[in-house]
Amino acid sequence: MISVGKIKQYTNVLERPLSKGKQEVSLSAFAFLFSELVQYNQTQVDNITELERRLEDAGYAVGARILELLCHREKGNRRETRLLGILSFVHSTVWKVLFGKVADSLEKGTEHEDEYMISEKELLVNRFISIPKDMGAFNCGAFVAGIVRGVLENAGFPAVVTAHFVPVEGQHRPRTTILIKFAEEVLRREATLG
Amino acid sequence: MAAIYSLYIINKSGGLIFCKDYGSAGKMDTNDSLRLASLWHSMHAISQQLSPVNGCAGIELLQADTFDLHCFQSLTGTKFFVVCEPGTLHMESLLKYIYELYTDYVLKNPFYEMEMPIRCELFDINLSQAVQKDRVALLGR
Repeated sequence: MISVGKIKQYTNVLERPLSKGKQEVSLSAFAFLFSELVQYNQTQVDNITELERRLEDAGYAVGARILELLCHREKGNRRETRLLGILSFVHSTVWKVLFGKVADSLEKGTEHEDEYMISEKELLVNRFISIPKDMGAFNCGAFVAGIVRGVLENAGFPAVVTAHFVPVEGQHRPRTTILIKFAEEVLRREATLG
Repeated sequence: MAAIYSLYIINKSGGLIFCKDYGSAGKMDTNDSLRLASLWHSMHAISQQLSPVNGCAGIELLQADTFDLHCFQSLTGTKFFVVCEPGTLHMESLLKYIYELYTDYVLKNPFYEMEMPIRCELFDINLSQAVQKDRVALLGR
């Protein structure tokens, strides 16, 4: 039965609430799409750094949009203005929407004040991907790094974000660490804010 | 005693794209493996033509004195076959599971070129786990 009457009719499209939509998509469909994205970009570049940059740019666009959407949907059109606030926003809210779970860990870099790391035992985009030996340390997590950079930069926290494989003791597979290095101005602003 | 002697995957034109030996005895060199693969490919094709039954999809099981050969062909023509001890059970489901692993860890990997030899770390890891599990199940009986 189709019950038209139940849906409240909004005269103005802007007043209509943003629906949460279907929360999950098929992992296989995503994996094939992502695989195609990587393969397409591979045909456009002649070195790995360039490929990494292109994947990151693709992610950046996603990040910019996801920030906009989540600020509206979850935060009542407010965004985080503090460093730790935005980091935990990425670590929990963004991760949950994108990957259905919060990230495994969020840590502060031990050597540098401006570095933070989000680690994931098995990054969703890398689930089915084996990197050939001749590609060295290349990580398709560059796409996710791009998403993180997109969120941070559009929230006013410019940063350099990179994805790395980090070997774990007693494990076959290395985990992926997203390394975030904030720009100087961000830290200066944080210091003034106290 | 290992129940599974070896596993082969051949592409739709009969080229060997993956091969793994599990038994310690009777290891074959690469040339023999390639020959066996293309031989099986042809035999499989001929059997389809010669079969007295209509719509035959090719040999599924070859039983010999010293081994059984179970074959599974996917819809795209990729063939998976295992050579195992005579009378080993559950090989059909193992082959189906290996096919599943192939679609996951090989076909969804952007660095794999279709019809080319399979070199995917994740496929190897998951495959050896699957075979290991199968062996445990066999020992448990």
